[in-house]
Amino acid sequence: MNSVFCYIDRPSPIHDLTGATKLTCLLLWSFAAMMTYDTRFLAFLPVFSFLLFAFSKIRLKDVSFMIGFTMVFMILNNLLIFLFSPQHGVSLYGTCHELFSLGGRYVVTLEQLFYHLNLVLKYLSTIPIVLLFICTTNPSEFAASLNRIGVKYTVAYSVSLALRYIPDIQREYHEISQAQQARGIEMSKKETLFKRLKSASAILIPLILSSMDRIETISNAMQLRGFGKNKKRTWYMGRPFRTADILSIIVCALLLATAVFLNIRNGSRFWNPFS
Amino acid sequence: MSEVLLTFKNFGFQYNAQAEPTLYDINLEVHRGEKILIAGPSGCGKSTLASCINGLIPFSYRGEMTGSVQLKGRETRDLSLFEISRTVGTVLQDSDGQFIGLTVAEDIAFALENDCLPTDPMHERVRRAAELVGIGTHMKHAPGDLSGGQKQRAALAGLMVNDVELLLFDEPLANLDPATGKQAIEFIDDICRQSGAAAVIIEHRLEDVLHRSVDRIILMGDGRILADMKPDELLASDLLARSGIREPLYLTALKYAGVQITPEKRPSGIRDIILSDQDKEKVRSWMASQDPVSGKKGGRDLLSAQDISFSYSNGRQALRNVSVQIREGELLAIVGTNGAGKSTFSKVVCGFETPQEGRIQFADVEDWMGLSIKERADHVGYVMQNPNQMISQTMIFDEVALGLRTRGVPEDEIRSRVEDSLKVCGLWPFRSWPVSALSFGQKKRVTIASVLVLRPKMIILDEPTAGQDYRHYTEIMEFLRELSSRGFTIVMITHDMHLMLEYADRSVVFSEGQVIADDTSAGVLTNPDLVKRANLKETSLYDLAQLCGIGQARDFAQYFIDYEREVVRK
Amino acid sequence: MKKSPVTTIVAIGIGAALFFVLGRFVAIPSPVPNTNISTQYGLLAFMAALFGPVAGILIGLIGHALIDFSYGWGIWWSWVIASAVFGGLVGFLCGKLKLDDGEFGTKGIISFNIFQVIGHIIAWGVIAPVLDILMYAEPANKVFLQGLVGGIANIVTTAIIGTILCYAYAASRPKKGSLSKEA
Repeated sequence: MNSVFCYIDRPSPIHDLTGATKLTCLLLWSFAAMMTYDTRFLAFLPVFSFLLFAFSKIRLKDVSFMIGFTMVFMILNNLLIFLFSPQHGVSLYGTCHELFSLGGRYVVTLEQLFYHLNLVLKYLSTIPIVLLFICTTNPSEFAASLNRIGVKYTVAYSVSLALRYIPDIQREYHEISQAQQARGIEMSKKETLFKRLKSASAILIPLILSSMDRIETISNAMQLRGFGKNKKRTWYMGRPFRTADILSIIVCALLLATAVFLNIRNGSRFWNPFS
Repeated sequence: MSEVLLTFKNFGFQYNAQAEPTLYDINLEVHRGEKILIAGPSGCGKSTLASCINGLIPFSYRGEMTGSVQLKGRETRDLSLFEISRTVGTVLQDSDGQFIGLTVAEDIAFALENDCLPTDPMHERVRRAAELVGIGTHMKHAPGDLSGGQKQRAALAGLMVNDVELLLFDEPLANLDPATGKQAIEFIDDICRQSGAAAVIIEHRLEDVLHRSVDRIILMGDGRILADMKPDELLASDLLARSGIREPLYLTALKYAGVQITPEKRPSGIRDIILSDQDKEKVRSWMASQDPVSGKKGGRDLLSAQDISFSYSNGRQALRNVSVQIREGELLAIVGTNGAGKSTFSKVVCGFETPQEGRIQFADVEDWMGLSIKERADHVGYVMQNPNQMISQTMIFDEVALGLRTRGVPEDEIRSRVEDSLKVCGLWPFRSWPVSALSFGQKKRVTIASVLVLRPKMIILDEPTAGQDYRHYTEIMEFLRELSSRGFTIVMITHDMHLMLEYADRSVVFSEGQVIADDTSAGVLTNPDLVKRANLKETSLYDLAQLCGIGQARDFAQYFIDYEREVVRK
Repeated sequence: MKKSPVTTIVAIGIGAALFFVLGRFVAIPSPVPNTNISTQYGLLAFMAALFGPVAGILIGLIGHALIDFSYGWGIWWSWVIASAVFGGLVGFLCGKLKLDDGEFGTKGIISFNIFQVIGHIIAWGVIAPVLDILMYAEPANKVFLQGLVGGIANIVTTAIIGTILCYAYAASRPKKGSLSKEA
């Protein structure tokens, strides 16, 4: 079980796309969503992504845990923004339609609510597509995909190594922390913060220093099998592009182009219904 | 003689960081298709020699080379690491370090990927190599789902995709259980025969490698080659004993019985050995002359585990109705394959895991199950396999004192308790040294000292001798025996059969989450059925007993151990 | 010790894996409710000091991006880039520390900590909030305060964990000393 990706091997048209396609689409899509605050566009993206989700045969319960996480993060971030800057919407949109007051400077305005709506839509436009990516992309294909979209293969291989050794390091951390707990190392709230950090070091030092020893072994193993010999390399998990791949990339490129176009036509990143 | 693949001539090597050369006057030839064993104690230079063969020296480790190393007639220093790796394939000791792909298939493909082979022919060659080593059904498995033996096969397949001509194995048996190690040796032998590749095996477990014949044994010591001869000749000499390598147990037994070992008796394998009737009679009469030693040790029950069942959160049941009694002052071995439940049992004892069913009673402690990990540690100490995973302080004193400091013991009491613990562990002369100045075995003692300082009655050690050569192994085990004689109860989780046989008073055998035997080690290792179920290997003493027509193999093994302990060691 | 390019690649992979495990699973409860202290910046500073700026940038980038991925909210680019900048700065500034030769005395401790403080101030005081404003149009006072709080917490953890790590690593390097047994 890989703790970064939660790859679910359940054949679907989305699974069939190459990893490189999905990565390219993810990047194009998230840049499109990040770039514009045009509400109409931001409202369209979640609808589109839910459709794709249905298409991919990934079920809601497969990802419910992560959805919970992201929802909490979204709500917290919205609350923080309102707490710090209740008039941010007013300054962005240039008008002020007061609705009611919560006391002090916390006057709720239509502009502020609209800004929060945009923020929520932004989350809803990216989260499903990210979940789709991590559930339908085989982690083994990820490094090959990075290399395909132009990342140097050595760096792409670092990512693959990270994915390879995360489970090992996780297990080692667990074992070391048990043995250290037996010696009385605690990180619970009972201790002062400084003591907690010192306790953490007693677990992290053996973990990290033994990982340092491993770097040399792995590097030898790789060189003995010809890593770094050529300017490029091929990938066992690499797959050729097919029509569906090219179509998907074109669709996502069009999304990005639309976002750019909307920003130019709106004269700013914001679509302003108040003026 | 067939074509020469590799030649060392008057070769020497000195690492840049070291004051003295590591290798001197190496003269060695490896021929095509030959199988060679390189043996020697830790620090004898055998790993450095391996690095000179596969090209890590001079391309990865810097140092000064003298003399010549030629691979197929060309000096290795004029080649590149990549050119050398086309001819020489290396299987490293650390199977997790060697396995760099996310799945078996990707790991096998690694070298081909680096050669920029297109995907279609790559898939074909990977499939063929995987089938050759018998791992074709595990292509999508991640390394975490593989056993040590399977990882080793994947590593070998990753070399076979390139049709290498020389296979170099660095301690291939170090992390395998006895049965898997036996299979590995058979398997290495088969692969070499099929592919015609030469094999160089570096290993100090001589008897296990000799399970299949080798052409020559190179014995090393202090950076020099001490012997380069046929196995039968070497085993008939006294060179092994003099250089700190353990000879096969059956030969030791024959020597005790007064049998003269000569090369003509073909002593290199228990199945090939030729013993005259006179020799067999000598063995039988030696056995008859031994008095049974009543070795039952230990008094009352210290720990009593009743009907323990435990499942991990992923649903895997690791322990099923396990009941174990551990007596005060005994040296107990817990054995079984990986995943048999032996580690889980020790975790349940220490409180790292909570069993769903069953209970544990420890001495007269009330409510053992209700104690925290930290509280249990005052009674039971736990020592991990790799001391580097436990040591977090830079100074020895601080490391040993850590457990007392976290318990808020006054500093002057800490001082006296740490000093006591250091004395018990033979670390007193090093008390003001930094940990980094110590050897692996000494670090192991530091971790034992840091557990003993809490004054537990019992210590659990996970694989106490893993990766140690005979001398260090003996050092650690004699130390544990001494602790045991001071009244500590020692529990060792192990799959080292020598350790079981020579040191453990009793062995508890786990298989698939259950206890399938609880007997003396000699009893376990001479029981073919048990040996098979627990993935162990019969001791060669059993074969010798059979060969000499001794029905009571179990007693023969027991007399041998008693004789070693009582007579030879004193 | 001269490090081969492959060693650096491996160090980046292992470093990112450690960064991920520390950031995702090694949670130290902080005095502020519901927030945990990020121990991974101590590791990042140590690895950057040992393997240089390129490794620092990539460990920060890959490690942080993998953490974001695993939570499912995509990549919060502004903070990911800030982690990378921190790794890069520490790697660049600490180029003269010789941890591999076992040197990490008072002078080393002081300069390491000056550099990590500079790195955190630039990363969390400037890069992260400015990018948050530019990329996500968030209110300035919110993002600067977030940066300030996060930055201070990271400075404290790096000062403790990073320093201890460097010290322990330097102490573990083989040195030819004049140790002798005491009777």
